[in-house]
This record gives sequence, structure tokens and C-alpha cells, in this order.
Amino acid sequence: MKTSLRRRLSNRLFLLATVGCALVALIPLFLILGRLVQDGMQSLNWAFLTQMPAPVGEVGGGMANAIMGTGMIVGMAMLIGIPLGIGGGIYLSEYGRGQLAFWLRYLSDLLAGTPSIVIGIFVYVLIVVPTKHFSALAGSVALGIMMVPTITRTTEEMLKMVPRDLREASLALGISQWRTILSIVLAAGSSGIITGILLSISRVAGETAPLLFTAFGNRFWNTDVSQPTAALPLQIFAYAISPYDDWQSQAWAGALLLIMLVLCLNVTARFIRRGH
Amino acid sequence: MSHIRIENLSVQFGDHQALRDVSIDVKRHAVTAIIGPSGCGKSTLIRSINRMHDTIPTSAVSGKIFLDGEDVLKMSDVTALRRRVGMVFQRPNPFPTMSIYDNVAAGLRLNGKQNRREMEERVVKSITQAALWNEVKDRLHKSPMSLSGGQQQRLCIARALAVQPEVLLLDEPCSALDPIATARVEELIDELKSRFTIVMVTHNMQQAARTSQYTAFMYMGQLIEYGNTTELFTKPKVQQTEDYITGRFG
Ligand SMILES: Nc1ncnc2c1ncn2[C@@H]1O[C@H](COP(=O)(O)OP(=O)(O)O)[C@@H](O)[C@H]1O
Ligand SMILES: [Mg+2]
Repeated sequence: MKTSLRRRLSNRLFLLATVGCALVALIPLFLILGRLVQDGMQSLNWAFLTQMPAPVGEVGGGMANAIMGTGMIVGMAMLIGIPLGIGGGIYLSEYGRGQLAFWLRYLSDLLAGTPSIVIGIFVYVLIVVPTKHFSALAGSVALGIMMVPTITRTTEEMLKMVPRDLREASLALGISQWRTILSIVLAAGSSGIITGILLSISRVAGETAPLLFTAFGNRFWNTDVSQPTAALPLQIFAYAISPYDDWQSQAWAGALLLIMLVLCLNVTARFIRRGH
Repeated sequence: MSHIRIENLSVQFGDHQALRDVSIDVKRHAVTAIIGPSGCGKSTLIRSINRMHDTIPTSAVSGKIFLDGEDVLKMSDVTALRRRVGMVFQRPNPFPTMSIYDNVAAGLRLNGKQNRREMEERVVKSITQAALWNEVKDRLHKSPMSLSGGQQQRLCIARALAVQPEVLLLDEPCSALDPIATARVEELIDELKSRFTIVMVTHNMQQAARTSQYTAFMYMGQLIEYGNTTELFTKPKVQQTEDYITGRFG
């Protein structure tokens, strides 16, 4: 009786301690969110979303150019990162055995751990220097490269979880291996892969460092992918370190917008995962 | 008149010899049952016929398998072979992301060409042949995962039939089903044998006796006895067969 009481008590205490730790870990998150909402809300209005930056010294204006730029850069990054990532994942899960697969997996892990600024410099040397232009395209290449390892890994893992039964059922119908992979295996793993893609987008959408040397930023509206282009994180950075109150307040609004975007992507990813 | 003729077939997985020198003639438009204790190589034998071992890098197959006189192991187009030799597996395995209709259409669609009307006719015909039509006709575009195990297995049979094979390989098709669902599948096999050559693996001897015309008994990778089902069950020629069917081992 006594030992069981003691055991129950120590169980309780342990539970309490872990809950306590979890709460402490959540405090910074809530502080950040709270501060963002408090300071960002006042400037996050229709003008902020739809207007161009006001000339230096004037109050008002918005970040329409940066919102557009982020959309454009991230969109092109998806065009680069998703096919490469899924292709790599398919290779690793369906064919990947020998040396090549080993090195691909190794490189992919290495890439996942590479500081984003290093990727920015790499793309700077690869694209910006030869073309003599900062450009949205260079930014997209940098972000696209950053997306690849996450997507490759999730694709590989999701495809490996697809039961052998299903592949055999398809092959036994006389469906070729590549069609089996594309129509049966990929479809069966799709919810997990989409989750991986959304998480990788939410990760790169807020990246600043790799864009410093590539997209560079732009105070004007630009839709030409070969030209320097604004992006939310860049503009937030520029405004946050500026001496003007109005710009700082807009930086808060931009940060709030960015975190809302990331949260939306995360929640959607979670939701898709749950749905299956 | 034999449809499939297997000569000296041996299969190895790494250094494990799963099948040793098996020779057997499978008769056209009849049910041939393969019985034997678990692990004796029954699945390995029938999976050689549609070359499923191609997907296993460690496997080595030697010998000859003639399908209407043509050596299966020498065919260059496996997908064409697999359209002639359909297969149904132990566990019902419909494609979970496709509707019931699309499951049956999958083999046609993913093999390219086929107009809509023809496809629809073939799908309906296959589902009907698999004795499933009345149960699914109102939910063709629903997920197959809501069907019962027995219905799912008949859907898998319909899916195999849609490609219009000559041979159907059934690998313990009823082992995951309850007795009523099993009876329905057995009935279906009995109907199908007038149009298809059926090779069925089963570990259930009553099932072999009920549904097949020919039975092969295997043990430890070898074919021990093969012949007319009634004869094999009433007067087996080999002692091992007798021991197995009387339940003395296995
Ligand atoms: N893919 C494989 N790799 C290695 N060994 C296998 C493989 N498939 C089957 N085997 C082995 O071959 C033997 C025969 O297996 P199987 O044909 O599945 O038996 P059965 O269907 O009669 O139960 C078993 O010993 C099994 O472990
Ligand atoms: Mg088996």
C-alpha cells in the first residue's frame, strides 16, 4: 500500500515537472506572438498590403512590393525545389541502394545542415556574379536548394512506408515500374509528401540571409525575375534597423504577416497529416 | 492440354534455396491447387509464373516456364506477360487512393489507350464477373476501403480480370476472409474456371479438395506429388503426401 502510494506520488511529481518544462518552453513563443500582434496589428492594414513604400521621410505606404516579391521568389523556388526534392526522394526510396544513393543521402543531410548564408554566397558566385545582376531568380535558386533536402527526406520516408502489397498489386496488373511509382506509390504517400513540402516552404519563406546576396531587395515594384526584387524578410530587416518610427512599426507588421503565413502553412500541413 | 509447363524450376534468394527442381504441367481452364506447409515454396512457385521475383534483387531463377509454348523467363516485356497472367494476393490490397471504379480501371488506364465507353463496359463486366456488381453498383465512385474484406478481395479479382488475362494466380486468396466470404470466393473461382486457367495456393486442404481439379503437394521447396485432386486426396502415392493430408505433420 505504502509503496504504491509513493509510486503514485512520484509519478505525479514527474508529470508536473514535465508539464512545467513544456510550459516554460512555450513562454518565449507566446511572448513573441504577443509582441508581434501588439506592435504589428496597428500597421497591418489594407494600405500596408496594397501600397508601395512611401518615399524616405514620408509617413505611410506599405509593403506591396515585398509581398509580391516573396510570392514570386518562393513560387519559383517551389518550381525548383519540389521536382528536384521529389525526384531525389523517389530515387532514394525506389532505386537507392549502391554508392550513388549513399552519397546522395549524405549530401542531402549535409545540405540540410548548411547555414543558409553559405547557400546565399554559393548562389551569389554561381548566378549573380556571371549575370552581373542581383535577381529574383538567384533568390529562388537559393531558397529552392534549401527546400530540396527536406522534401527529399520526407518523400523517401513516405514512399518507404507504402506497403509492398500495393506495389505488387500494381506490377501484377502489367503496369510498368515507373507508372507504378508515379500513379500508385506516390499517390499513397502524397499526404506526407505534401506536408513535407508545406513545411519546407514555411521554412524558406522567412529566410533573410540567402536573399541578401541574391534577390537583394528593391524599393520599387518589380516582376522581372532577372532584376533585384523585394522580399518580406529583407524589407523587415531594412525597416527594423532604420531610425524611423513609422518604418519600425511597419517592420513589426511585416513580421506579423510573415509569421501568420508560416503558421498557416504549418497548420495546413498538420491538418493534411491528420486527415490520413 | 497443358497451358503452363514448368520444367526444372529452381529459385534462390541469396543462398537460400526456396524451390528445387520443380516440374509441373498446369492444365488449361481448370483449377490447380498448390498445398503444403507454410514456407515450402508455394508462393515462390506461382510468383515465378508472372515473374514477380524480378523485383527482388537477391533472387535467382533457373529452369523453364512455358506459357503456351513460349518461355516466360526469356520474355523481354514483363508487363505484357503480367497482363496475360493476373494475380490476386493473400491480403486484399485495393489501391486506397482510388475509387472502386478506378481500381478496376487502373490496369487498363495505366497501360494506356482505351476509350471511355469501352473502358466502362470492361469495368462493369469485370465487376459482374467477380460477382460483386450488386454490392457496389451504387457506390462505384466511393473508396474501396469501406468494403468488407471479402468484397475487397472480389474487387481485387475484378481488377485482375479487367486486364483480360488467360491465367489467374491466386495466393491464398481466402486466408484473410471469414467462412461466408470464403464460400463466395470459392463459388466465384468455380465459375471462372470455364474461362481462365487458375492456379491457387492454399493451406486449407478442404478448400483444395472442394475447388480444384488438380492438386500439387509441395514440401521443403520440392514438388512431392501432383495429380488429379480426388486421387491425390483418396489414394496418395507418396507416404509424405498421405502424412500431410491425414494431418500427421505440417
Ligand atoms: N523475398 C524473399 N527473400 C528471401 N527469402 C524468401 C523470399 N520470399 C520467400 N523466401 C523464402 O523462401 C521460402 C519459401 O517461401 P514461400 O514461397 O513464401 O512459402 P509458402 O508460400 O509456401 O509459405 C521460405 O523459406 C521463405 O522464407
Ligand atoms: Mg505463401
